[in-house]
Amino acid sequence: MPTTETTRSTSRSVGAVLWDWLTTVDHKKIGILYGATALVFFVLGGVEAMLIRWQLSRPEAAFIDPDLYNQLFTMHGVTMVFLVGMPIAVAFFNYLIPLQIGARDVAFPRLNAFSYWVFLFGGIFMYTSVFAGIAPDGGWFGYANLSLREYSPGPNMDFYALGLQILGIGSIAGGVNFITTIINLRAPGMKFMRMPLFTWMAFVTSFIIITALPVLAVALFMLTFDRFWDTHFFNVMAGGDPVLWQHLFWLFGHPEVYILILPAFGIASEVIPTFSRKPLFGYAIMVFSGVLIGFISWGVWGHHMFTTGMGPIADAFFTISTMIIAIPTGVKVFNWLATMWGGAIRFTTAMLFAVAMVALFTIGGISGMMHAASPADLQQHDTYFVVAHFHYVLIGGLLMGVFAGFYYWYPKVSGRFMSEKLGKWHFWTFFIGFNAVFFPMHWVGLFGMPRRIYTYAEELNLGALNLFMSAMSLFMVVGTMFFIWNLVRSWRKGEPAVANPWGGSTLEWSTTSPPPDFNFAELPVVRSRNPLWDNPEDYDERVHTEPAGGVHMPNPSFWPLITAFGSAITLILFMTHIWWMPLVGLAITAVATINWAFEPAG
Amino acid sequence: MNAEAHAAHPAHSHPPTATGLDNLKLGFWVFLGSETLFFGTFIATYMIYVGRSLEGPYPHEILDIPLTTVSTFILLMSSLAMVLALNAVQKDNRRGALLWLMMTAGLGSIFLGFQAYEFTHFYNEGLTLQSSIFGTTFFILTGFHGIHVTVGVIWLMILWLQTYAGRIRSADALKVEIAGLYWHFVDIVWIVIFMLVYLMQEG
Repeated sequence: MPTTETTRSTSRSVGAVLWDWLTTVDHKKIGILYGATALVFFVLGGVEAMLIRWQLSRPEAAFIDPDLYNQLFTMHGVTMVFLVGMPIAVAFFNYLIPLQIGARDVAFPRLNAFSYWVFLFGGIFMYTSVFAGIAPDGGWFGYANLSLREYSPGPNMDFYALGLQILGIGSIAGGVNFITTIINLRAPGMKFMRMPLFTWMAFVTSFIIITALPVLAVALFMLTFDRFWDTHFFNVMAGGDPVLWQHLFWLFGHPEVYILILPAFGIASEVIPTFSRKPLFGYAIMVFSGVLIGFISWGVWGHHMFTTGMGPIADAFFTISTMIIAIPTGVKVFNWLATMWGGAIRFTTAMLFAVAMVALFTIGGISGMMHAASPADLQQHDTYFVVAHFHYVLIGGLLMGVFAGFYYWYPKVSGRFMSEKLGKWHFWTFFIGFNAVFFPMHWVGLFGMPRRIYTYAEELNLGALNLFMSAMSLFMVVGTMFFIWNLVRSWRKGEPAVANPWGGSTLEWSTTSPPPDFNFAELPVVRSRNPLWDNPEDYDERVHTEPAGGVHMPNPSFWPLITAFGSAITLILFMTHIWWMPLVGLAITAVATINWAFEPAG
Repeated sequence: MNAEAHAAHPAHSHPPTATGLDNLKLGFWVFLGSETLFFGTFIATYMIYVGRSLEGPYPHEILDIPLTTVSTFILLMSSLAMVLALNAVQKDNRRGALLWLMMTAGLGSIFLGFQAYEFTHFYNEGLTLQSSIFGTTFFILTGFHGIHVTVGVIWLMILWLQTYAGRIRSADALKVEIAGLYWHFVDIVWIVIFMLVYLMQEG
């Protein structure tokens, strides 16, 4: 297939380009916006992590005062979960789902734009607090009653309660959109059991999003009411119970963990078959184990709460359910290994990251099983052992998977390869740095160093290990710099890529790189699970130029942006404690919503 | 989709989908699934805190079952009116559509009036958001439900205006159907609230 030379808009004015991006409803552009924004927050979250490591590099250090330290670890967690992990997965969902199922766009293009703008404004709202020095400081889980007005009198936790609320709205809208898209916009012949694994995992993730986020929304409403209007949801003096917050938060929070990891599973399930030149081993089992993980993720939240004294029956239940969820997860690991077994493996950067993801996630999974056993967990709770565990899952699992996805799909998005040479530098510096930081952290935790405390006593004899971890974290910084430089540089200077540069099997590789606005000149017809391998003749000669008469695409719209802006303004005015002020923001939102509803969708 | 196929589908209808279901309708069902968890969490919270108030007024002292039975009946009847409104729109019966849409919105508004009366009455009796855990959970749960009803009434009024302007015909019945899905959902949530809060009260 011929390479289409990318037509970058050099002739258009800056204003026209800006207007185009502000009003876009194209899932590919929105995907790019999501990815770029999430990377900015990734850098911010990384800076917070480095400041934490700086403070912890020596015992009894005073580089950072305890209040600021609280803000740093809280915002590091909030940022990495809500402003990096989820949106970066959604960036891939946006770009890839329509391409993988053979659709022209998502089901609700304007709602999609709204989700993005809500995410952007929500993130900016959260970060105004950081730059004003009044960032949330009660941990990313915001435990009541530490987060109540009595113990957090400042505006810090208001930013938390209101900021996560608005981010949740965008996520739910996204979940609704992706579920509808996957059910309804599959190309002819694209049966459910022919869908690429990535789309399947996006499907499961979206279901978790629409069910878990409302629970967080309710918990945050309760927190907001308790803080602003002295209600008693978590007030022990009036019969309320702070443990309810923990239940609600983890009832959301544990499914959230699977919202973060399933997309990475999906990416690995695309990358590994392509670079092993073998179809995915046990496709159906991979699908069902993903679905099963989605279901069981709802029944394991109590393992975050073994130390609250839930009683032996609840402890036993959550121990068992948590151990059970390891089974479908383990099945996935073995299926990835079996996919590679006997394959013609090419260790491209994408493949290196995917394999690293399988290995490192397994380490995180095994330490997870150690937490599942409630007696052991009582010892590990709130130590650095837990921190090591979930960084193996979220960096080792999620982030390695995301890096694999960047190297794998970058040629599709930009029409150019990322540099393999810089990629290898990125991989090895990041891989070595990551393990050198977080593997010793297991020991530090087992030796008894508590997390979320701004310093530690010299007598613990943990100074050397902590200094080592802090020093090695610089490798991760260097790796990230290689990555970002590679992203930026390759956009114009990368080697040009053809439509299917890696020899992938799924539909996104059948269209040009980058795809035209309308994705496919005519909708593909699918006859198998790996269409480009099984029936290449169906796709080979297809030229994706716009057919005569044009392709009908949705109209661009300014209203999703204004609606999201109004929501953010509502929150900011809410912070004034003058109760008619938020109505101004609500009015903007209402006007924009009505205009949105009455404007022709195209 | 090519140009010919598009011509067969006018701008206001959607291109054919993999399931044959309309995108909006399917998406709205998914959204209602999400709403179920939203109300489910508030209702569960209410149930967890039942009987834990340290100060009165307590539920049995203040909840007026006969009064709320009347308002519940009115809300249920609004669902019937909603069904008739959709039926009229589907049959291009503009007069019927106007009547029943107005009836649905009107019954919904009467329900809200009952709720406003109930809230002021309770407030005067000393039950407030801050008075006890019952006050907190009761007002927030029924208040969020009331907000949903209000949104529904506004939505129905917009549909009424559109119908009046002749912009909703049988081809647009889906718009009314989706508003109906929302309305029935909010109604069902109220049935659960009525049972658990009013009828099965304790303490």
